[in-house]
Parts: sequence; structure tokens; C-alpha cells
Amino acid sequence: MPLITDHRPSRQPQPQPQQAPRVKRDPAPSRLQYRLERMWLKPLYRRVVRIGLPAFLIAMIAGLWLSDDDRRASLNEDLTAILQKVQSRKEFQVQMMTVEGASPVVDKALRSMLPVDLPASSFEIDLAALRLQVMQLDAIESIDLRIKPGGILSAVVKERQPAVLWRNARGIEMLDATGHRVASVTSRDVRSDLPLITGEGADLKVDEALALFDAAGPILPRVRGLVRRGERRWDLVLDHGQRIMLPADGAQIALEAAVALDRAQDMLGRDLSVVDLRNPSKPVLRLGIDARNTIREARKQPLLGPDGRIITDENKGG
Amino acid sequence: MPELYETQRAMRNIRRAALQRGVIGILDIGTSKIACLVLRFDGTGTFRETDGVGPMAGQANFRVIGAASTRSRGVRRGEIETMAETERAIRTVVTAAQKVAGVRVDHVIACLSGGRPASYGLAGEISLAAGKVHEYDIASVLAACDAPDFGRGREVLHAQPVNFAVDNRSGLADPRDHVGNKLACDMHVLTVDGDAIGNLIQCIRRCDLELAGIASASYASARASMVEDEQELGGACIDFGGGGTGVSVFIRKHMIFSDNVRIGGNLITQDIAQGLRVSLPVAERLKTLNGGVEATGRDDRDMIEVGGDTGDWESDRRAVSRGDVIGVMRPRVEEILEGVREVLDAAGFDSLPSQQIVLTGGGSQIPGLDGLAARILGPNIRCGRPLRIDGLAHQLTDPSFSSAVGLALFAAHPQDEWWDFEIPADRYPTRSLRRAYRWFRNNW
Repeated sequence: MPLITDHRPSRQPQPQPQQAPRVKRDPAPSRLQYRLERMWLKPLYRRVVRIGLPAFLIAMIAGLWLSDDDRRASLNEDLTAILQKVQSRKEFQVQMMTVEGASPVVDKALRSMLPVDLPASSFEIDLAALRLQVMQLDAIESIDLRIKPGGILSAVVKERQPAVLWRNARGIEMLDATGHRVASVTSRDVRSDLPLITGEGADLKVDEALALFDAAGPILPRVRGLVRRGERRWDLVLDHGQRIMLPADGAQIALEAAVALDRAQDMLGRDLSVVDLRNPSKPVLRLGIDARNTIREARKQPLLGPDGRIITDENKGG
Repeated sequence: MPELYETQRAMRNIRRAALQRGVIGILDIGTSKIACLVLRFDGTGTFRETDGVGPMAGQANFRVIGAASTRSRGVRRGEIETMAETERAIRTVVTAAQKVAGVRVDHVIACLSGGRPASYGLAGEISLAAGKVHEYDIASVLAACDAPDFGRGREVLHAQPVNFAVDNRSGLADPRDHVGNKLACDMHVLTVDGDAIGNLIQCIRRCDLELAGIASASYASARASMVEDEQELGGACIDFGGGGTGVSVFIRKHMIFSDNVRIGGNLITQDIAQGLRVSLPVAERLKTLNGGVEATGRDDRDMIEVGGDTGDWESDRRAVSRGDVIGVMRPRVEEILEGVREVLDAAGFDSLPSQQIVLTGGGSQIPGLDGLAARILGPNIRCGRPLRIDGLAHQLTDPSFSSAVGLALFAAHPQDEWWDFEIPADRYPTRSLRRAYRWFRNNW
């Protein structure tokens, strides 16, 4: 036991790390650093360094690399191969085509219009172009083309409904209610259920013609058809060579008036060749040859021949 | 003086160019710190009424977008002593402010606090041939002021027309178009040591900056810290700086006198260091944290650990009372105030209608200074902070930044100086084309 107790805290020799005396760093930027920093604050310089230089480097490297023909060709090949690989994936394949709402003829035409053989990649089918091509068909009013999941090319077709037959110089055509051509027919008898119109410009006024056919009502069985006159007005042609000439304006009302006359007085059952309603306030009737000859006979006048001329009696004259 | 006239004129042009570019820097090179503000100007006043700062004193058309301050180096008594050191300090502060602002500063307005300023009141008089004061008459009456010999190597820092008089009517601010036979003017000229200005210009040029204006620090801090009434009715601004104490006397919104007492805060620090035997950084800490000028009984019990790293336990564990610190500081502060008193007496401050005294600068933050100043200088004393300007961070709004703020106001709206007027025609060399042009313009 030591004689002297040292109550002082034991002196702990602190290990003085032999570090070099710390040089106080000068907080001031050096002249070069100062100038660079100020230059960096110039907007033009900044933009050139940040955008211009990288863009130039990228363009230069790309240009140098692409300047070789072989590399360009191989790059092209690689790209097309990747494109092909992606496009020919099973998920993009179109297996079959369904057509709804089309007659067999149209169905067949549609299937033949498809530019590729199924199954094919959906990238090869240009739906917009196909749709435009299909719309060239007169029989189709609208078509909804889409590729459904499961690889089905679905075409929902709405066909035009023929409303009238139009006889013109080239033959007989079926028109729909808007006057658009649907198809040609070889003869009137193929579609005897459709009314017939004829004359230049008749296809432009199909709606009027249909309204007139509706208005004809009771005399419809006798109606042979409507004739467009001078692209202006209609003649309603009946059998037995009778014809009702209708005005350009208010044709429907005039026709209804004629029908009313017929119903009241059996007008059309008589020997009339023409009912002229072109002036609605002054209807004019043209009698048939027989009726006129009956009148002339009663009046002791010379009779008319079938061509409407007065028969001169050669015996009398001679 | 014509070459300085041309330099000042060139600086005004640079200032105009800087305002057109919209960015101007403020460089307040003091003895203890260097502050740099970056101002963005817009002519349209977009920055109006933001942050509670209204368009009070024409400070509405600019905004501080970057500010930095650093310890000053190489400056002694307001003059640049070691140019390389000062240049490094300027680089530091400009880099920091630019970083905050995000724009490059090319033009700066600087202030000079030392350089032994000397004020002169000049008077000039001409007779009016036309019976009416024309634009060019003002220039010629300013040129007619008889300048005394300023001494060798003195340069004019400010030359402000303070007062115009036509016949008997004095106190005109703008005598143009007044009818009379005689035009007289009073001009206040502040000259400083030419070498001090030259060193400052050289330092700033070496930092790749262009000088767009130069002002006296005491003038700048007075513009920032005195309110309009004090400038109008008469007042003095006392800027307690590190290397010197600037005094400027204002009346009718013009500085009429400026001087510098060459005792500043650094000397107080030195006194504390010597008196209490502590190192200068410790003395600076004692001064700023525990300093004061009015001792109370409590201050004797208020012991401050001095600290130190001499290795001598006795020395490092010393404590001084706050009363000791105050006892060292107070005589020096009194000495400063006595010096200021002498300067004010020399300026004839007692004859001003209002004798408001505004204390500003870093030294004005000594607690109890206003009480001591009231005993020595006069009853109307207040401690002034700089005017609030838009965008200035809060820590830069204390009194030590008043000269920086004043320089910002100076950049925005400089008062008319002699070089803002046209050169009188007869000062041009004979046979000069401009002289002929001026003669034609004035006579037809």
C-alpha cells in the first residue's frame, strides 16, 4: 500500500494524434474558379454546355457509327427482325373472320377483299383501308370492322335495302330509299314487288317517288310506274295507257286529289288517256279516241282515226 | 477635376446600362465585413406591395435576389490595405451572392468608408443674360463655383448642388424657368483620398467587375437609416463601423457635411483584448455578446468565462465580470462620441432647425449606447435600422447593413450630382463640333 494516496483524478495521458497542423483553407475561390463560376452563370454558355454539347456528342457518335454501310444494313435488319418478332406473336394473330348481317353474296365479296390470308398478324390488316375498300361496294350501307380478343376479325355489316327499281338506258337498277344504287337486276320480274321509276334524274328524287307511291293508295294495283319529266316533275303511268301528269310542286296533294276524283266518280275507269294536273287549279282531262269518236258521231262529225287524225272519206271526196 | 468628371459621367452611363440589363450588384466594403447584394430592377414596378414593403422611398422598383456577407480581409480603417486579400474577400462574397441569385453580376456600386473625407461648401453665382434660368445656366452656375485647393491627391466623391437661389429667392430645389437676373447655387463637395478610390477601383476591376458608381459609406447609411423628415428638417447620421465612425449631416434632403472619426469598433475590441488579456476573437465575442456601456450593480456579479487554449489552467479558467467589460468599453465609446461631438460642432450642427441624431452601423447595437449618446450629443437620439427593401433576408436587416441598403437606394435613385448636368459650352475645347452644336441649340 502506498504511503501517499493521490486523490487527484488519475492523469490519463491523452494520446495526441500526430496530425499535421491543420492548414486553414482559404474560403475565397481562386481566380480561375471565380472566373469559371461566373462564366457558368452566363445563360448562353450554360445552355451550350448543358444541351448543345451532349446533343452534339450524341449526334456525332451516332453519325460516325452509322457512316458505315454494313452497320446501317445490320441495324436495319435487326430492327426489322425485332419488329417481325413482336408482330408475329400469338397474341397479335388473327385466326378467323366473322361476318354478321350480310347476304351470302356480300359475305363472299367481303372475304375475298381481305388482303391477307388468315391466320395473319393484326399489324398487317389495315382496318381503315379495308373499311374504305368495303364501302366501295354499293350493297353495303355501313360496316363495323374490328379485331376482337381471341384473334377474330369481326365485320358487322348493314346492307342497303332496295326500295325502288330504276329503269334507265343501261338497264334496271335497284335503289335504296336515299337513291343510292344497290344492285342491278336483269329484268323487272325479278323484283316485281318494288315500284318502278324511270326517267332522267329519277334516282335523285327517290324519296319523292316513294311518297307518291304511298299516296297512290287505292290505285296502286293499276300503277305501272313513275316517269320523271325534265328532271322537274313526275308522271304517274297507269295501265291501259293512262297517265296522270303531276305538278312539280305539290305533286302529292295533286295525286291525292286525283285519287279522290277517281273514288267519287270512277274517273280513271272511263276512257281517258291523260289527266293533266300540272296546273292544280285547272285540271284538264284528255279523252280517249273511242270516247271522242262517240261524241263526234253524235254530232255528225267525221271520226278520228287511231292516230288522232280526222279520217277523210276517200269515197265521198271521190 | 475634369478627368474625375469624365469618370463619374462614365460610371453614370455604366449604371444606366446595368439598369437596362436589370441586374446590379452592391458591394459594401467595410473594415469588419464585406456585404454584397444583387438587385434585380424592373422598370414597371412589378415587385410593388409584396411582403408588406410599400413603395415608400423609391425602393419599389428593385428587389434583392441575392445577398451574402463575409468577414472583411485586408481593409484597415475603411481603406484597402492589402489588395490581394481584399480581392479574395470580394471574390468570396460575390460568388456567394451570385450563387444565391443565380445570375451573373457584371456591374457593382461600391462605397468607400475611409479615405479621410473632407467636406466643402462651395458657392457660385452668375448673372442671367436671358432674364430667365435655362437648362444650361444651371451647368454654368455649377461651373462658376470657386473651388478651393483640395490638396494633392484628393478626388471629389460627391458634388451635390444643395441649394439654388434666383435673385433673393433662396431655397429652390429646381430653379429652371425662374425669372430673375442672378442665379446662385450652393454645392456640397466631398473629397477623399485619391489613392483610396484608386485602390478600390483596382480591386473591383481585378474581380472582373465594372464599377457603376461609388458613394461615401456615411452618405449611403444615412440615406438608408434616416427617414424622410429627418433628412428634410435636419439630422445627423452616425455610422458606427469597424474601422471608423462616419458622420453625415443632412438638411433639406441633401447631405451638407460628412466626416469620419477614425475610431471604430475594432479599437474597442482591441481595448478589451488588452485590458482583459484575452485573445482578439474572445474579445470580439465578449464585446458582441456581453458588451454594454451602462454598468449596473448586477453586472459585477455577472461572471463570464473567458476560456482560452493557452494550456495554462489559471489563464484558461479565468472569468471576468460584465462590469469589467463595460468598464473597458465605456471610455472608448465615450471617446468616439466625443469625436463625433467635435465633428458635429465643426459642422455647425447646433444651428440646424431639427437636431435629430440617428445611430446606425454595427456598433450602434451596443446596449445602452443611445443613453450615453444622448448625454454627449444631444437629446434627440434614436437607433436607426435600414429601410426595408424588398427581398432582403431578415438577418441582413440589422443596422450593420445600413450602408449596403443605402447603396441600393443610391443605385435606384441617385441624387443629382454635378456630373449629371450638361457640361457648359465654354468648357468644350474651341473648334469643337459639339460646342457649335450646343451653341446652336442654346441660342435658337
